[in-house]
This record gives sequence, C-alpha cells and structure tokens, in this order.
Amino acid sequence: MDILVIQILNSIFYACILFLIAAGLSLIYGVMRIVNLAHGSLYAFGAYVTAWTIGTFAAGAPIWVLFLLLPTGAVAVAALGALIEPTLLRPLYNRPEEYQLLITFALLLILEDAMHFLFGGVPLTAGAVIDSMGTMPVMSLRYPVYNLLVIFIGVAAAIFLWAFIYRTKFGVILRATSQNMKMASALGLDVKRVYVQAFALGCFMAGLGGAVVVPAQAAVLGMGIEALILAFIVVVIGGLGSLEGALIGALIVSIVRTAGIQFFPEIELAVLYLIAAVVLLVRPTGLFGRA
Amino acid sequence: MQDKAPRTGPSMRLILLCVVPVLVVLMALPRFVDIYQTQLLTYGLVFAIAALGFNLLLGYTGLLSFGHSAYFGLGAYSAAFMVRYLGVGSMELFILGGIIITGLVTAVFGYICVRHTRIFFSILALALSQVLWTLAYKFFWVTGGTDGLRVPFGSLTLLGGLVDFKGGGGYQIFIIYYYYYVLLLFSVATVLMWVIVHSPFGKALQAIRDNETRAQFLGIQIRRYRWLAFLISGSFTGLAGILWVPLNGLVTPDILYWPFSGEIVFMTVLGGFRSFTGPIVGAVVFNYLKTYAVASTEYWQMLLGIVLVMLVMVLPTGIVGTVARFYGKLTRRP
Amino acid sequence: MEILQIINLKKYFGDTHAVDDVTLTIQEGEFISLVGPNGAGKTSLVNVVSAYLRPDSGKIIFRGEDVTHAPVTERVKAGIARSFQLVNLFDDLSAFDNIALAIFSREGKTLNLAKLAHLDDEVSAETDSVLGQFNLLSKRNERARDLAQGERKLLDVAIAYALKPKLLFLDEPTSGVSTRDKGQIMDTIASVVRGERITAVIVEHDMDVVFKYSDRIVVMHQGAILAQGVPDDIRNNDQVAMILLGTSGPDAFTRKD
Repeated sequence: MDILVIQILNSIFYACILFLIAAGLSLIYGVMRIVNLAHGSLYAFGAYVTAWTIGTFAAGAPIWVLFLLLPTGAVAVAALGALIEPTLLRPLYNRPEEYQLLITFALLLILEDAMHFLFGGVPLTAGAVIDSMGTMPVMSLRYPVYNLLVIFIGVAAAIFLWAFIYRTKFGVILRATSQNMKMASALGLDVKRVYVQAFALGCFMAGLGGAVVVPAQAAVLGMGIEALILAFIVVVIGGLGSLEGALIGALIVSIVRTAGIQFFPEIELAVLYLIAAVVLLVRPTGLFGRA
Repeated sequence: MQDKAPRTGPSMRLILLCVVPVLVVLMALPRFVDIYQTQLLTYGLVFAIAALGFNLLLGYTGLLSFGHSAYFGLGAYSAAFMVRYLGVGSMELFILGGIIITGLVTAVFGYICVRHTRIFFSILALALSQVLWTLAYKFFWVTGGTDGLRVPFGSLTLLGGLVDFKGGGGYQIFIIYYYYYVLLLFSVATVLMWVIVHSPFGKALQAIRDNETRAQFLGIQIRRYRWLAFLISGSFTGLAGILWVPLNGLVTPDILYWPFSGEIVFMTVLGGFRSFTGPIVGAVVFNYLKTYAVASTEYWQMLLGIVLVMLVMVLPTGIVGTVARFYGKLTRRP
Repeated sequence: MEILQIINLKKYFGDTHAVDDVTLTIQEGEFISLVGPNGAGKTSLVNVVSAYLRPDSGKIIFRGEDVTHAPVTERVKAGIARSFQLVNLFDDLSAFDNIALAIFSREGKTLNLAKLAHLDDEVSAETDSVLGQFNLLSKRNERARDLAQGERKLLDVAIAYALKPKLLFLDEPTSGVSTRDKGQIMDTIASVVRGERITAVIVEHDMDVVFKYSDRIVVMHQGAILAQGVPDDIRNNDQVAMILLGTSGPDAFTRKD
C-alpha cells in the first residue's frame, strides 16, 4: 500500500515534467501552427543550464541560493526561443508547413552538439537541491520533499497558464491570433510580437521542465531526443494545441509508464503506444484536440 | 498512323544520354579507387534506394514522413533474424523475406497514418517508428538489444549461391562483389520507381499532392492511393535496409531511432525532393558529407544542422533543383 | 427523362439557411442557369449536390438512384462532375496531364503503376481532342500554373468535361474573366456541352450570358428558389428583376450602353 502511494506520487511528479514540456509544445502549435522538433532538445538545454549554474556557482551554498538559480534553465531557454523565432522560423511562415519540421530538425542537430560543446559529455547533476530539502514521511516510507515541490510547481504552472490564456489581455490576444492570424493582424495586433512572445513562453515551459527535473535526474546527452517522443505521445493522446489535453495526456502517459515499469517493464512503452493508437482511432485529433 | 501527336512524356533519348555515362562510370569505378571508396559508394547507393522510396511519399504524394527509419530498420532486422534464427545466408532470401515483412508492417502503419494529413501525419509516422525502436531495445534476448545482431559476410551468398565468400580473399573480395550486387539492385529499383512515377498511378499521386479536392472530384479515392504510395515507399526503404546490413555487418536499434528518419529527410531535401534524381544525388552526397564531417569534427551534428538550415533558407530545391534552375536560365531563349 | 431530382434539400450553417428546402427537377439535356444575388445559396446548392458538402436533410436522386449519402468519388463515378469558381487545377502538372488524369480516372486506369502514362495512345488522343475542343491544344505542355486566367478557367471546365459526365455543374465559369473573353469561353462551353447532350447547370452572375444560352433559368434567393422558367418568363418577372438588379420594368434586363 505504501509503495502504491509512492508510485502514485512518482507518477504525478513525472506527469508534471511531461506536462510542462507538452504544454509548451501545444502552446506553440496552438498559436503558431508550428511543431517544434527541437522542443525536447530545448528541455534538455534547460536541464543542462540549471545543472551547470548550480554546480558552478552554488556548491555548498544555502538552500535559497540553490532555488534562486533553479529557474536559470527556463530563462535561458526562453531567451534562446526569442532568438530562434525571428531568425529561423519567421522567414518560413509563407512556406508550406513541412519546412518548419525541416528547420526545427536542423535546430535539434545544432542544439544537441551545442550542449555537447558547452557542457561536455559527462552527465551534470544538481542533486544538491534534492539533498538540501531532505525527505518527509509518507505513510511508513520517506519521500523527497523536492518531488512534492515539483508537483506543486507543476500544478501552479497549469493554473498559471490557464489563467494567463483565459483571463488576461495577452491571453485574449494569443487566442485571437491562434484562431485567425490574418484577422488579428488586420485588427491591428502586432502578430510578429505575439508570435515571438508565444514561442518564448513555450520554450520557457520546456526549459522549466528541464530545470525542475535535473535535481532528480541527471542531464545527459540525448535526453531531449527521448523526451520529444514522450511529448508527442502526450499530445497525440491529449490533442495538439490543447492545454487540458497536455495535462490529461501527461497524466495518462505518466501513470502508464510508472505502472508499466513496475509491472510489465518490457512492454510498458508498447502499452503506451497501444493506448495512443486506440485514442487515435476513436478520436483522430486526440482527446481534447481540434481538427 | 502518320499523324500521331507528339508524345508528351520524358524524352527517352535525353535520359539514355545522361544515364549511360553515369552507369559506365559506376561500373568501372572499383578499378580506379581503393576499397574504402568502393565501400563508401556502396553505402551511398544503399541510402539512395532508401531516399528514392521515401520521396515517392514526399515529392510525388506530398506527405512528409518522419518515420522511415522504421522500414529501413525492419529490412535490416529481418535479414539479421534470418541469419541468426534460420541460418539463412542467401541475399535473395533476405530480400524476399525482408520485403514481405516490411510490407506487412508498412501496410498497417500506413493505414493508421494516411487517415491524417500534413503535420499530424509526420508526427504519427515518427511516433509509430519508435514503437519498433522500443521493441528492438527492450526485447534484447531476441534482438540483441544495444549490442545488436551480427551479419558476417562470410556466410552470405549472392545470386542464389553462385557467389559465396567462404574462400579466402576476405573483405576486399566481398566489397567488390557486393558493390556490383548493390549497383544492380539500385538500377532495378531506380527503373521500377521511374516507371511507377510516370504511370497513371504516379500521375494520380501528383494530382493528390497538387490538389486533393480536385483529385477527389476526378473520382480518385485519396486515402487508398496514399496508402498504396506509403506501402511502396516503405518497401523500397525496407529493401535498402536489407542491403545495408551485410555491408555494416551489424544491426542495432540505432537504425530505428528517429533521428535517422531525419537523415533520410535531410538527404532527400539536399538533393531536391521535387525531382526524380534529387533523392539519389542527395543520398550519395549526404553520405560523403556525413562521413567527412564525422571524420573532421566531434561536433558533426552541428555541422550538418547548419548545412540543413542553409539548405532550407537558401536552396530549398536542393542540388538538382538549383542546377536545373541555372540550366533553365542558361538555355532560355531571350 | 429526369436526370436529377432534388427533394426538400436543406443545408444549414448554424442559423444561416444556405439551402432552404429546395425542390428542383432537371431534365436530361437541359442547359440550366442558376442565378441569384450573392449569398443566395447557388454555390451551396452545387456543393451539396456534388457531395462537397453533406446535406442536413432531403434527397438527391440522380438518374433514378438515391445518391444523397454517396461520397464524392461515388457521385463522380455515377456521372456527376463539376468545375470550380476559384480555379482548382493541378498546378504543377501540364495542361495535358490535367486532362489526361481525368480520362485515366474515368477509365479506371489510375491504379495502373506498371505502364507509362504517356504511352497510352488512346488516352493521349482523347486528351488532345478535348484540349482542341477547348482551344487549349497549343498550351498542352505548359504547366497549369503558367496559363493565363481565361485559359485556366477553360482548363478547369475541360477537366470536368473530360470525365464525360451525364450532369455537369459549372460554378461561375466566366467569373474573373474579361468581358472580351467571356463570350468566347461561353461559346466554347455551350457548343461542347450541347454537342454531346450533356446536362449542364451553370452558376452565373452575368445575365447576358444567362439569357443567351439557357434553356431554363432558376433564380435563388436566401437559400430558396424564387422563380424558374424560360428566359422570356424570367426577363419579364418583376420580382426577379427587383431581387437581382434593384429595379424593375420592361427594360430592366436590357444592357444600357
């Protein structure tokens, strides 16, 4: 019973990470109709930056310093996104959408080696953060407090995003632009600015996912490429462009993965794909997706 | 009989004029270059078959699949399984069995994918290909896991047993013979694809690419044609995988990992996906490009990434497309 | 013989009654013009009958068979073809290929992947013949994308015609074409269509064209049929004149140059 609770907590922890990545992916697609194949690599970049910053500047520092440095990964990736959109993506908006896949794949290749170059081939960790927070009792076992913090961050991010998109003026602008870009432009909205901001926000989410996971899981080369697949399964199940879809999809994927690893490790991913296939047959655009 | 309208198809004379010299050069090549270069070009021709198959979907049907590593890997693993579990050594059996297996899986994957279009199609193809990757990775007692399965050339036979490598001479002999074998199959595959693309079916695919709605209003059942194109495309790429594995000597799950699908897309775009010869040229050039990039820098991925960015931004029609455009400009009458 | 019966056809987009309980019978061989102000539902009607859109209720009987729920490809095979208001061509294929494709599809040859398309002499001959009928023979090897606007419109119609349909819908075949070319285009279309006794339904705005060529005129307004009849009847129908032109009286439809 206790193990079950721990497993559930782990699922939710993992789901939060997946949600952050998938929400970023969906946001970018929802507003700009772009699928960013380098999205996983941006997540990895966030992990690396955070791990490196903490490792370089905060060895032995008090907890609050560690926490101050934690979001550096997210900020760095957001800045990167603000650079990428106008240089690599904007020139291609008038071209068939397949070209964005090509250029974001190129971006993936560049980012993967950039991480290799900047951070080396050795895994980077930020384990200090987890250690510094200690563990707390959950039933008869002990569970890292940090993981609970991540869950909190994940829930907060979901609420924040939802509020941001549905309750703020910028959110209205975002939704208007996503539904009808030409009309929004004709109404005087600065679509270019909306796009770069939306992209940066999506990247921020991915970077945050990386920043937040790296204390628990080391930053390694290739983690982004693997993460992208899972993010894709999340949006296939949940629906591309949908916030609720990212949330539910992340939960489903995470629970199946955790249960799978525990009970049927050989085919846990296959079970996931099976679920995705069933969802696709029943609802081709995903649970919450629009056509 | 006298008043026949001029044929509107491609000029056979022009084609033969271009193809024959190339073929002659390819056939004479092993005499003039060392074993390493012969081997390298063999890889190039293998990838050319893969790209040729891939481009039936992209260039002619308008569907971008980011999951073709699946069919390449299926072909490769089929051959490897036949070696490991059936003790088979005949290339012809590999080809027969491998294409059947690849065809079956492609049929299923294709059925799922063609119900969706454009970006979603691409993502789905990618996701499905990773099913195979996880299977290859996880079921390591069957697939050899990350160690993979070996396919030593010593036990192979070509042309139904006419050629074998049991005697001495080793790798050199194998490469020479294998080069010609691959060249033969490459030629056959190219002719086959050329016929398909210039057939009524090929025209129908192009119609679907250009204007899906109008094609429907011509009575063409879009999904069925896309599925067929998918099946043919995957089978060609599967053939390439079968031919690749004896050359490589080993198959590992890496060949199923989705960045390899990206490489197939890359090579096709590099050569130019709106022409017939583009994928062939692109595959051969990419092969050289990657080989020398890997040899010259640790950060070869970044190098390739930058090349791709420049390609997309500046030369979207690829090598063949750009050359064709210049040639058109030169020969255009004022 | 009745070739098409539309019975109580309805197509709503939310509150908009694009096709509002339309009942219409078309005889074989008729040349019908479908007219009405913008938004009257002409194109929607054509879209529903040609299966581009699904009806919300009602029946469509084609040559005695109920095709109401038949998908596009089935209706095409049954003998209904259409051209499009916004030119809908295979832009990167030659004019020749555009037509040839229609013929290949009609003949059921499009699943043939073992033969070279340009070696099919029958299809090639027929393609050239169709191109000739529509005065496009000189452009046969040019990409559809590179043709002039009037030629593109003709090609659009020619593709539909090449399907040898029994019923041909033409959606504004002369829109976007200069007045000088209009006559030529309509003459070509009319002579081809009449010559082969194809039943034609043309959506048109140009009343001169309509009066000159139609056997019968059907006037639509706000999704319903307002009036129908031979050109003379429509010409003298004040209500129609009011709806279409904003004026009425005996000279309403006469061009005042």
